[in-house]
Amino acid sequence: MDQSVDHSTKTATAERRSLPAWVVVLAFAALIAFLALIGVGLRRVQAGPIVIGQQVPDFSMTSFDGQTHHLSDFKGKVVVLNFWASWCAPCSQEAAELEEAWRNYQPGGEVIFLGVDYTDTEPEALSYLAKFDITYPNGPDLRTRISQMFRITGVPETYFIDQEGKLAYVKKGPFTSLAEIQAVVDGLLQ
Amino acid sequence: MRDKLDTFSIKSFRYFALALLLAASLLGIFSNRASAQDPQPPSDDQVNAVAKELYCPVCENIPLDVCPTQACAQWRELIRLKLSQGWSEDQIRSYFAEQYGDRVLAAPPLQGFNWVFYVLLGVFVVIAVVVYIRVVRNLKAKPAAADAATVKPVEQDDYFKRMEEELNRREKSR
Repeated sequence: MDQSVDHSTKTATAERRSLPAWVVVLAFAALIAFLALIGVGLRRVQAGPIVIGQQVPDFSMTSFDGQTHHLSDFKGKVVVLNFWASWCAPCSQEAAELEEAWRNYQPGGEVIFLGVDYTDTEPEALSYLAKFDITYPNGPDLRTRISQMFRITGVPETYFIDQEGKLAYVKKGPFTSLAEIQAVVDGLLQ
Repeated sequence: MRDKLDTFSIKSFRYFALALLLAASLLGIFSNRASAQDPQPPSDDQVNAVAKELYCPVCENIPLDVCPTQACAQWRELIRLKLSQGWSEDQIRSYFAEQYGDRVLAAPPLQGFNWVFYVLLGVFVVIAVVVYIRVVRNLKAKPAAADAATVKPVEQDDYFKRMEEELNRREKSR
């Protein structure tokens, strides 16, 4: 009687151990890799945007004229970082004001304006810059790295970075007047 | 005299054939040159064939060939421009990925971290195949085991017979 019980237990155990060890190992490795992948994705999603007062990580932008600009090069200056696109109608509403503000601040050398062209085509972008006679450095957001870093939600969006390289102010949507831009920049210069 | 005439006609035919061949070659060369100077602009079908493999960078999961926004229209024009400049589809895809990121591609390229997706996909397929084979084998083995059980009724009968006898014996002893 005991022998038969013993035999059935062994058979059950053998059936349970039927999967080869390498399959089990592979399955667990795949599961861990998959969980790690989800973890990395969640971390990225939950990282959130750069908040006011936070140090802005360094980035570089190659302008349409081929010059490379690093944020770290502008330490000690106020940086006005404007995201725009030629296909964006509200962007054209503020283009003239931004250029006017740049021309006001350029002689002082305390403020730098940078235009980041978001998911645009170069011919249209250059036409846009020519149309509004924009003279401050503008360049494409290659692989949308800069916009992803700031987690922009659309265009136009403008980020003001203070002299210490910290994010000071964010404007979502177009500026309605030159005074609006000046109010923010002057506040940072004081 | 007749032989001379025959020889002359054969020779003149050869010269004529040679001249014809030369003229045809020159015509071919010049016609190619003419078409190179005045290339046909890429058709909408050619543009859309490339565009459908790319996704709008600012919309949600919309292929570029059916995207109605102004931005997409600009990108389609960019594809047309690149095609007219002699760029291949792969070159255009690479250019778009370089400009707007890999998210514009229909499938992530086989590079960097993207390998994980392809490797994991392969691993899952292998695991699924192994599990499927094992399940099918088990399903086939069960009826065989059942058959084997029915093949040995004598052993079972003998066992039950002894059980019956034992039970009867115990009942009688009460």
